[in-house]
Amino acid sequence: MSTPYAKLPGWVEYGLIPLINLAVAFLVAGLVVLLVGENPLEAAYHLINGAFGRGEYLGFTLYYATTFIFTGLAVAVAFHAGLFNIGGEGQAYVGGIGVALACLWLDQTMPWFVVFPLAILGSAFFGAAWAFLPGWLQAKRGSHIVITTIMFNFIASSLMVYLLTRVLKPLGSMAPQTRTFAEGGQLPKLDWLLAIFGLNVGTAPFNVSFLLALVAAFCVWLLIWRTKLGYEMRTMGHSPSAARYAGMSESRITVITMMISGGLAGMMALNPIMGEQARMQLDFVQGAGFVGIAVALMGRSHPAGIIPAAVLFGMLYQGGAEISFEMPSISRDMIVIIQGLVILFAGALENMFRPAITRLFTMQSRRAAVVTQTKGA
Amino acid sequence: MDIIAIELRGIDKSFGPVHANKNINLKVRKGTIHGIIGENGAGKSTLMSILYGFYQADSGEILVDGKPVAIRDPNAAIAAGIGMVHQHFMLVENFTVLENIMLGAEDSQILNKGIAKARVELKRLEREYALEVDPDAVIEELPVGLQQRVEILKALYRRADILILDEPTGVLTPAEADHLFRVLEQLKSQGKTVILITHKLREIMAITDEVSVMRRGEMVATRTTAETSVEELAELMVGRRVLLRVEKGEAKPGEVKLAVEGLTVKDGRGVTMVDNVSFNLRAGEIVGIAGVAGNGQSELLEAISGIRRAVSGSVLLNGKPIDVTGRADPSELRDRGLAHVPEDRHHVGLVLKFEECENAILGYHHDKRYLNGVFLDVDAIRKDAEKRIGEYDIRPPNPRLKTANFSGGNQQKIVLAREMERGPDVLIIGQPTRGVDVGAIEFIHKRIIEMRDQGKAVLLVSVELDEIRALSDRILVMFAGRVVGERDPDATEGELGLLMAGVEGRKEAAE
Amino acid sequence: MDFFHVIVVLLESTIRVSVPLIFAALAGLFTERAGVFDIGLEGKMLGAAFAAGAVAAVTQSVWMGLLAAILISIALSLVHGYASITQRGNQIVSGVAINFIVAGSTVILGEAWFRQGGRTPALGEGSRFQTITFPYADSVREIPILGPIYSDLLSGHFLLTYVAFAMVPISWWILYRTRFGLRLRAVGENPGAVDTAGISVLWLRYRAVICCGILCGFAGAYLSLAMTAGFVKGMTAGKGYIALAALIFAKWRPFNIMLACLLFGFLDALAIRLQGNPLPLIGQVPVQLMQALPYILTVILLAGFIGKAIPPKAGGVPYVKER
Repeated sequence: MSTPYAKLPGWVEYGLIPLINLAVAFLVAGLVVLLVGENPLEAAYHLINGAFGRGEYLGFTLYYATTFIFTGLAVAVAFHAGLFNIGGEGQAYVGGIGVALACLWLDQTMPWFVVFPLAILGSAFFGAAWAFLPGWLQAKRGSHIVITTIMFNFIASSLMVYLLTRVLKPLGSMAPQTRTFAEGGQLPKLDWLLAIFGLNVGTAPFNVSFLLALVAAFCVWLLIWRTKLGYEMRTMGHSPSAARYAGMSESRITVITMMISGGLAGMMALNPIMGEQARMQLDFVQGAGFVGIAVALMGRSHPAGIIPAAVLFGMLYQGGAEISFEMPSISRDMIVIIQGLVILFAGALENMFRPAITRLFTMQSRRAAVVTQTKGA
Repeated sequence: MDIIAIELRGIDKSFGPVHANKNINLKVRKGTIHGIIGENGAGKSTLMSILYGFYQADSGEILVDGKPVAIRDPNAAIAAGIGMVHQHFMLVENFTVLENIMLGAEDSQILNKGIAKARVELKRLEREYALEVDPDAVIEELPVGLQQRVEILKALYRRADILILDEPTGVLTPAEADHLFRVLEQLKSQGKTVILITHKLREIMAITDEVSVMRRGEMVATRTTAETSVEELAELMVGRRVLLRVEKGEAKPGEVKLAVEGLTVKDGRGVTMVDNVSFNLRAGEIVGIAGVAGNGQSELLEAISGIRRAVSGSVLLNGKPIDVTGRADPSELRDRGLAHVPEDRHHVGLVLKFEECENAILGYHHDKRYLNGVFLDVDAIRKDAEKRIGEYDIRPPNPRLKTANFSGGNQQKIVLAREMERGPDVLIIGQPTRGVDVGAIEFIHKRIIEMRDQGKAVLLVSVELDEIRALSDRILVMFAGRVVGERDPDATEGELGLLMAGVEGRKEAAE
Repeated sequence: MDFFHVIVVLLESTIRVSVPLIFAALAGLFTERAGVFDIGLEGKMLGAAFAAGAVAAVTQSVWMGLLAAILISIALSLVHGYASITQRGNQIVSGVAINFIVAGSTVILGEAWFRQGGRTPALGEGSRFQTITFPYADSVREIPILGPIYSDLLSGHFLLTYVAFAMVPISWWILYRTRFGLRLRAVGENPGAVDTAGISVLWLRYRAVICCGILCGFAGAYLSLAMTAGFVKGMTAGKGYIALAALIFAKWRPFNIMLACLLFGFLDALAIRLQGNPLPLIGQVPVQLMQALPYILTVILLAGFIGKAIPPKAGGVPYVKER
């Protein structure tokens, strides 16, 4: 039909509309702040300051962003093939096994730059394995991938609790975690990177996995837009009937996509386990899989959008911690609310403002047409 | 006794640039069976949707029993005594017959109270109109013919005086169709008014009292059935247009490139869409398949190209079989020299969100020319696309532009360039100029002739009869899934129109 | 006798644990049968539990708490409905979003209003549900077999527990014996059929979503007004997802839902009871396996290994009139 979904210029489509969705999300969040009896503007100040005010703060922000880049890429890759992978949370959790195994095996005998590649392979392998089954079930048995991945999230949770309390826990210890890794199992910080800009990283666990995340983002771009597989994924995502016409195997693409998606989610585990805690603890994922959904939606499933979106959420996490410090009635959970609002407005309600914006633009262009007409007359 | 049951005055409806109904005037007499005939795209369905309250006309009025009524939604239509039997049934598959009939006319909040009454009423209707069906049967277990009875009963249950049937016999066997006609006669004798929408002339001549012909959104004529003939109606339906002049030399058919034998395709519901079709396609000839849309041509193309599974039959490509009933793979068929321009370029032939150059390799993305290991050789792809853009005069000449931004004609050229340029042995094309502007049409037709002159075998499916007549060396007409006749391209429109409408030559088979 | 006693206690806690699952699964039944997928059962339950705990604490009235739970749950349902039905947005995304918003809001608001670390104040006598004892329950207990069944298994539950079990046949009756139910089931299978019958698809779906809200309200109220005396941060602990699993496992039928919820509740109660003690015959079963069992079973079902799970045909797809 006609007006509401008429074509809008590129900058509106990819710049303005997402920004408006984001702005509305923040507006509503601000209302919640008011409800709690606090000043939204003050909260906003602490948010920004807490995220970027000092080198250490920036370090934390980028540390969180690293995690979200991985999980955001995971969701985005699946989106391109038309699949909704909500299982990033579980895939990341299970990916931790791969990291822990590599570190527990070699941390005392090898330096980090030997352990790291093995941990990368391990995390990706385990993450991919956890995503394989839901993908296969969707491809071959038609089981709805959203539901299976949700179930697998919970199964992962139980599995990891079991592993951390029975198998990977050192004897005699009460805490559900592995032993602390030696130097070989720890990633060096990126203090030198911040130092270039005259900033001091302080205690922030901003580490090498950030660089890996950037590399991963580039590789995802390459995969989606520069490889044959990516071409097939995009075709299937846009039009399954065109994919069939082109002779593409829907089941093959589904399974491979899910495995890549799971692998990316699994790699997220490197950041907290090797980069901050130097061991694998219970629930080190802490909802990052779901933040990945918000990041992918905001970034329109493109790495160039995902990285800033991940930094935004990193900012929310770090700045949020600062807010809860300065304004005790607003805790970390505020971030969860904002996350939900962003997902709501950038995801489910993304077309809510489109009719109004389109009307504005058609009015504008009509006015411009009238002007040129009268000029020409 | 000449009461007008329903009258349309000046009904006009557009969907954006598509002018579906142009100033329609129609008078349907009460107690008659009134046929509306026309090809697909003539505007029949739109008109009926307006009558049933699905759409609102842009202008014009509707009068029922002489009084103007505003039909804003199906409720208003039902209240005005209009009942519709849809072409694609509006039934809830896992409900029983009784539940489907009661839906929306339950009579009370608590079902049980209304059920007994409904059963009695249903029984009465069934007996009165010979529409027997078990009220407790589940819809998805009923054969299609019985499902249709439920659709009709639904309308009668709601006291419809005017029944509209939209292409009712498409899914029926001949025996079921005859039974339906008897039902319609019975309805007529009870004073009901029936509007029968169809493209099948036999039906029109068999049971209608009056018939109106639609063509390209206009109501072109109304005749009393007894005073007209199939020939006249066929001509009115298809229209006397200026024949497209296409420069065309003599065909020089060579060896058989595609041999189709006994091909049968059924749809998801078990309805036979392609019925035991056999024909040969030779190198250096264009075989055109004429017919009104929905008579199996789409399914035929899909089965040959490997997109859809056939139930039985065989297809030989260059002498070697295509596994049409099993694991035919479009990719493999391309490698073997079969190219396919699909009927639906928006959802099948192209990915509209892709750049032009990305669509230029759709289906051929395994080609080593375009690859650098696992990577796409973007430069090679773009250069190739540019070359094609030049050769096919695709505008705007920008291989990076999103395909959705190209006009229909240029989009079609993108598909054609892609499928033609690899020198396939066999090219099957569906609706090559649908939604394409005149300038591009000429270009496309020239290219198709060129392919034929280069010794390719071309199978052309089109609902545009003059396109078929202009391009084909041989014409096969499909009706109800069968090839009902083969003609030379100099056959008259009337002759072809008759075949397309199911008259004559049902026993004929193609060479 | 001791073994029997163990069984009775196990079944009793099964019933206790199953109640919120039954409410939530029935809630999901109404909305999914109408064609609107709802991942947000968890969020609605949590929000309802919070509202109930908060309002009951402030008004000292359990009934006000219950009302608040229902209203909040309906409000959340309408947001989801608006996004899914009117805006025709992605229903999964909407559900996930609402879960987050509620998870965060309940803590923030709870902390801001009550300053008890995210929980609501413990509820006193009048502001929470009490268990109901059937007549003669105490005296009858001594009778072998039948006695404990009557006095421990049937008697001694909260009002909402009986309501939950009553809702199973009531839901069945609504869905299969009323006009509303017929239309609701129809709109989840073939909205076109409903539209051509002159019934508003949108309004029907909104009503289904409201029914979901009401039932989730009960589920949440049970958590904070009956099972526990007040709201505790994150108290739903995934029950909304287990309810979803139960709904699918039950193939979207009311009576099966009750059985599925009892089964999953039983697994939960069994896991708590066992606490690492070995089972007869099977030996040591890790408690985590018990906890994961509902999800594993659902996946097996979805894989088609225990019969087919055929969801409502028009589920998850916004209704657009065909051209």
